[in-house]
Amino acid sequence: MIELSSIKKAFNQGQPNEYWALHGIDLTVEAGKVTAFRGPSGSGKTTLLTIVGCLSRPTHGRVRFKGEDISGLPERFLTDIRRQSFGFVFQQFNLIKGLSALENVILPAFPTGRPRAELVAAAGELFDQLKLGHRSAAKVEWLSGGEQQRVAIARALINNPEVIIADEPTANLDTALSREFMAILEGFTAAGKTVLLTSHDPLVVESSAVHRVVGMRDGRLVDG
Amino acid sequence: MRIWLEKQRHLIDFTLASLARRKTKNIGLLLAYTLLVFVLASLTLFTQALRTEATFVLAGSPEVILQRMVAGRHDLIPPGYLDKIGRIRGVQKTEGRLWGYYYDPVVKANYTFMARPAEEIADGHIMVGNALARERGLALHNTISFRSYAGKLFSFEVSGVLSPDSELLSADLVLLSENDFRKFFEYPAGHYTDIALSVANPQEVRTVAAKLSSALPDSRPILREEVLRTYQSVFDWREGIVLTVLAGAILAFAILAWEKASGLSAEEKREIGILKAIGWETGDVIRMKTWEGLLISLTAFLLGFIAAYVHVFHFGAAVFEPVLKGWSVLYPKFTLVPAVDGLQIATLFFFTVFPYTAAVLVPIWRAAITDPDAVMR
Amino acid sequence: MLFQPAIIALLMAAGVAVLMLLAAAPFAVQVIRHWDIASGSERQLALERRTYLFSTLLSFVMLVQLAALLLFVFNADRLSVMFVGAMCAVGTLNVNDYGFPSLIAQMAIFFLAAMWLAINHVDTQARDYPLVRIKYGLLLLLLPLLAGSFWLEFQYFSGLKANVITSCCGSLFSGEAKTIAAEASGLEPLPAIWLFYGAMIAAIGVALWHWRRGGRTSGYLLALASAGAFIAAITGVLSFISLYIYEHPHHHCPFCILKPEYDYLGYWLYVPLFVATAAGLGAGAVQPFAGVPSLAKIIPFISRRFSGLTVAGYILFTALATGFVLTSNLILIEH
Repeated sequence: MIELSSIKKAFNQGQPNEYWALHGIDLTVEAGKVTAFRGPSGSGKTTLLTIVGCLSRPTHGRVRFKGEDISGLPERFLTDIRRQSFGFVFQQFNLIKGLSALENVILPAFPTGRPRAELVAAAGELFDQLKLGHRSAAKVEWLSGGEQQRVAIARALINNPEVIIADEPTANLDTALSREFMAILEGFTAAGKTVLLTSHDPLVVESSAVHRVVGMRDGRLVDG
Repeated sequence: MRIWLEKQRHLIDFTLASLARRKTKNIGLLLAYTLLVFVLASLTLFTQALRTEATFVLAGSPEVILQRMVAGRHDLIPPGYLDKIGRIRGVQKTEGRLWGYYYDPVVKANYTFMARPAEEIADGHIMVGNALARERGLALHNTISFRSYAGKLFSFEVSGVLSPDSELLSADLVLLSENDFRKFFEYPAGHYTDIALSVANPQEVRTVAAKLSSALPDSRPILREEVLRTYQSVFDWREGIVLTVLAGAILAFAILAWEKASGLSAEEKREIGILKAIGWETGDVIRMKTWEGLLISLTAFLLGFIAAYVHVFHFGAAVFEPVLKGWSVLYPKFTLVPAVDGLQIATLFFFTVFPYTAAVLVPIWRAAITDPDAVMR
Repeated sequence: MLFQPAIIALLMAAGVAVLMLLAAAPFAVQVIRHWDIASGSERQLALERRTYLFSTLLSFVMLVQLAALLLFVFNADRLSVMFVGAMCAVGTLNVNDYGFPSLIAQMAIFFLAAMWLAINHVDTQARDYPLVRIKYGLLLLLLPLLAGSFWLEFQYFSGLKANVITSCCGSLFSGEAKTIAAEASGLEPLPAIWLFYGAMIAAIGVALWHWRRGGRTSGYLLALASAGAFIAAITGVLSFISLYIYEHPHHHCPFCILKPEYDYLGYWLYVPLFVATAAGLGAGAVQPFAGVPSLAKIIPFISRRFSGLTVAGYILFTALATGFVLTSNLILIEH
């Protein structure tokens, strides 16, 4: 589904503090599976996720998504692809404070121009699935860590993407909540979604829900 | 189209929520903005009202007024002038006018005394303006005495109070018969203050004026349209000067707007980063921010304009009066007639919303190009 | 006569627009020199993001231009009391030689900005942004025009001296003066009506044709027909439509219909006219690029939409104008 060939990524290019985060990555990600990237911080796994998730473009190399080369696309079109095909769950959850859980969840759908009533209904269904129905009107800063993450997951699902990208999803959760997250993850696989995540939590990478573990170090792939 | 509208609705929803969340930050800008609109709107509303007053005052006056000049000063019209004018083609009516000012120490105000033909007012009677009647507590058939400049006391019976809807024109007016006028001011017989000519066709006014100048070289014809034009340009000029003086304030406001728009808090930057990461496009963020600017502008404009309206038409433009009034035709005290016109509002818009928009354009764009992957770093 | 609120506002708006584009010009040059869509470098990303600034800027300039156009005419009308013989905006614009050229320049800038935005719009739909260099080249061409318009406006306002004797609408449009406006109104009502309806029907027809087919030839023709229709429409307004609205056989002014005395009827006419013409010209402006592979599908799609707007605008305009003529009490042509 996603093919990366000799991906390189530089930051501060042409300046004294130039830094290469990725040094030529070749990788194919299968549809419908859960792939985990494991590696120490600074190994480039998050950078790789941003490239896969159309958040940024590689400095060199090609990214193919469903057979189409998207590495040279302008941001405008990358955003379209990102909005339609990718859902993000961030490490810090990145919810917008001051807005209710419901408002946060429907935000990614604003640019699509879907009517509000339709969005609220869709969000309601997601809340029910994630057992959050009673909290939908609450401001996100009043929610617990686990609830916040489930709001973030609902937000990732609102546009019904094919791929879910999760960056260190369990870093801010205790064991019980992490197990809960893994259960939700299995639900994704059952629904046919592709999942990409980064983690160095053994609970995640050793879980049976994860189909493939890719090891990373210093911007290169190493054996899992 | 439906999708587009729906999208704009979403953006407005989000903008309103985000403005509400950052009340303290926006309130300062809104206050400055409203103040600017208030000052500029007061200025334009006030000058516009003065302009309207002037037009109103002049609407009833004759097309041409002929004054006699002696040594460059306005003097009385000597006897025989009316005959010398004779018949000029296009002039419907020629009338010698008698009028003057009288200072009333009781209310410390100047009145305008004007003579009317005997068939309108009998000797010993006067008609007074509404404001004057109010000030002196006069009603119909009351008697009032004025001490003339020569020291003699004259008594008149009030035979009418001029209707209130023409207050502006008649506020301080006293109408009396020609005989009374001449006696009261000891006006030399056969002399007039000036001569009024009515000309039906506006195209002929200039020709009439030229003929008058050549027939009576020591006279000065004053055309109504010229007076009107002079008023207009004087008011425009004053307004323009004050606006230019206020340009500094507009610039300062633009700088404030620029600074507020570019000094995004860490929280706001994070928010825009999140929006972009979850699928908002740069253009969407620009549109959202444009709505924000538009909402702030409209609120400030509305608030400032309403405040200015109240200030000018209910409080007599207390702030600007000393700068802009002081034109002799204006009576010391009167309420301005509310007058608002499209050109004024459009101009005002250009002086407030335009600088604001121009100032925030680049900062908005800068905020909108935040890296979408910033939230993952 | 520069110390006049509306004049200060207009000059400020035009001046700021010129300054903004001038400040942006070096960046446009950078885009032209360094653009490389295939590159993943940070510089390319920065250039790409800059394009958003330019489209926002140009939309702003176009909007301001439209508002300024209105203010310009309003102001001219208001100032007419200052000039002997000027009875409405036409007289004021005729006070010196820069009045009408300035008005025309401002309209031209509005339409050119609309055409640029049309090109920009199709370009941003194509995944490889094929027209970036052309677009920014055109933008640099627009700059001197904007500056020129500002200069004309400044010349006009600084040359305004109250009391100068000018011709009012009546004498200007008497048909004797050899100005363009006079020639237009000097047309007899009957040929003017033929020209008006002919041009309108032609433009609507071409727009419909383009709307159904979306071909290149019809696109060019549409631009041509729109320009023609615009001129014919203005001629029509001068020669007979305004007469019927004023119910006066000699009042040919194209501006007085904007006034409250005539129920602001002018806006109903001019807004559809300007929108339709801008859309028609935009449809033509994108045709030269219809051969670019990535635009091959996009351009016909978008220019058909533009032509839809043109059709709707011209039909509305023609219908309204016809309605005003038919409901008028004035009889210009004996049956």
